[in-house]
Amino acid sequence: MKQTVRRVGREQRELLVGLRLAVECLALFGAALVTLVLTGGFALPPYVALVRRIRQVTDRQRLRTGDVAGGPVPTPYRPPLPAGLADRTRVLRTDPATWRDLGWLSGQMLLGLVFGLLGPALWLAGVLGVLAPVVRAVLPPETVFQLNGIVIDGQPAAWAAVPIGVGYLLLAYLAPRYLVRAEARFARWLLAPTTAARLSARVEQLTETRAEAVDASAAELRRIERDLHDGAQARLVALSMNLGMAEDLLDRDPVAARAMLADARAGAHSAMSELRDLVRGIHPPLLADRGLPGAVQALALASPVPVDLDVRLTRRLAAPVESAAYFVTAEALTNAVRHSGAERITIEVRDDGTRLRLRVRDDGRGGADPQRGTGLRGIERRLAAFDGTVRVSSPPGGPTEIDVELPCGS
Amino acid sequence: MRVVIAEDLALLRDGLVRMLTAYGFEVVAAVDDGAGLAEMLVATRPEVAVIDVRLPPTGTDEGIRAAIAARRAVPGLPVVILSQYVEQVYARELLSDRTGGIGYLLKDRVGEVRDFVEAVRRVAGGGTVMDPEVVAQLLDGGRLTHLADLTPREREVLAVMAEGRSNAAIAARLVITEKAVSKHINNIFTKLDLPPSDDDHRRVLAVLTYLGG
Repeated sequence: MKQTVRRVGREQRELLVGLRLAVECLALFGAALVTLVLTGGFALPPYVALVRRIRQVTDRQRLRTGDVAGGPVPTPYRPPLPAGLADRTRVLRTDPATWRDLGWLSGQMLLGLVFGLLGPALWLAGVLGVLAPVVRAVLPPETVFQLNGIVIDGQPAAWAAVPIGVGYLLLAYLAPRYLVRAEARFARWLLAPTTAARLSARVEQLTETRAEAVDASAAELRRIERDLHDGAQARLVALSMNLGMAEDLLDRDPVAARAMLADARAGAHSAMSELRDLVRGIHPPLLADRGLPGAVQALALASPVPVDLDVRLTRRLAAPVESAAYFVTAEALTNAVRHSGAERITIEVRDDGTRLRLRVRDDGRGGADPQRGTGLRGIERRLAAFDGTVRVSSPPGGPTEIDVELPCGS
Repeated sequence: MRVVIAEDLALLRDGLVRMLTAYGFEVVAAVDDGAGLAEMLVATRPEVAVIDVRLPPTGTDEGIRAAIAARRAVPGLPVVILSQYVEQVYARELLSDRTGGIGYLLKDRVGEVRDFVEAVRRVAGGGTVMDPEVVAQLLDGGRLTHLADLTPREREVLAVMAEGRSNAAIAARLVITEKAVSKHINNIFTKLDLPPSDDDHRRVLAVLTYLGG
């Protein structure tokens, strides 16, 4: 019962908010029409200022629609308005969102007004109908009132109005949710980005992340090349030189030859350990063998700060996703160890079928700034190529939480 | 001494067969595949098995799995695991049954022929031999604050101890007296809160499980 009352109240409130919006829309739409007519297009500063105001209102409505109709409505606007007046006008004129906003303003103006008045009116009519016999008895006989076109001039007519009142009450109880929903649906229809806008935004984002991914992999290849060149390759050269000298000395000076051979073996050993480190950096062997859980376990074991693990992942992910998730976790862990002064770190891995969620949390001093640290920037770049996201929460005084989401659809 | 070898790279497998034969081992089987390896080990009961971590069919950690499965059936079946890299995770898994007779070595060590053969013999005798790299990783992690209390010399002793060496061998390696070695070991045990123990492989287990866990 209490819940029902609360719901009815909420719906009425929504309708009233819609009504208030309608008034704002009326003002804005009027202002827009006036500026458009006066400027014969819209090249003048007043219109640009007006657009800013319109967008504030539509953004508010987007949030509101999200509350009612599940899931926020994304913003369709193209990136921030450019500085120059001419450019700004061109962007505004060509952005379909500008026109769709105006369409919504005019529609909401009407819908909000009608629905906003209808909501309370239905309740009033219902109450009047149900109480008609009482009202009839109280009012002086010469005062006549109507309900639904029926003139109630005596008790028989008043009793006839009761069922009509009940009908209105029912309507007043049931209708608002559909009205609220209709308003939300209308807003979603016009205020959400069009498919074309969504696709073009997506293309833009893909172009950017692809360029970053290509850059990153080129840099990675350069690093590997340099490491091989300065490390293992150089050691093999030295090794073959040692062997050659040992071969040469074997008959004349076996003692020196033996020393050369020992050197050669030590050199081979260093070359192997350098190659091993390099391989670890490219694709950790444990990740290949055991997947993310094993590799994360190894990270936890190697961490100088104690790590609590909570890994719920039973399947193997695609190798690139696995690798990205691993390096992101490693980076976040390194950051926590290096900068947070934490005494305990928690790593959580969750798999909900379509997305992999990673959380690295520490009890350190907090205050990590994603804008400053190159580590977090690196995490973002690595994730962007997979449409992954990272969220950092690090209030001063801690705790710091890094939340990563990575699509991993099977 | 009867030995089984599992290594998928022909070059290395033949090398191992030749080397171990030269040092008086009898190679009863040399396979290149992990499928059925555990069953084969249980059936042939070699005195020691030398197994590569990565084996077909999966090319992942087939060797470790086979070793653990075989040792579950035959507790203490001596196994030397060879790998291109060492992982604490694997070291812990191998040591977790605490029955000894385990070696975990980098493939590089094969080059130090005499040391390698000696390590295989020690494992066959029920000893535990961990690659120095395993200990180095543990020490690098620096997880435990009391590790910081160890002097550099004590760390060296700890590293050699984890290779399963006796006090005499540690003394020889570090060029110090046996008496000094046992003094260092007692200090390590005190600093790490470990009960003193004489048994070589038990001391390795104690140290490693403590450090790794």
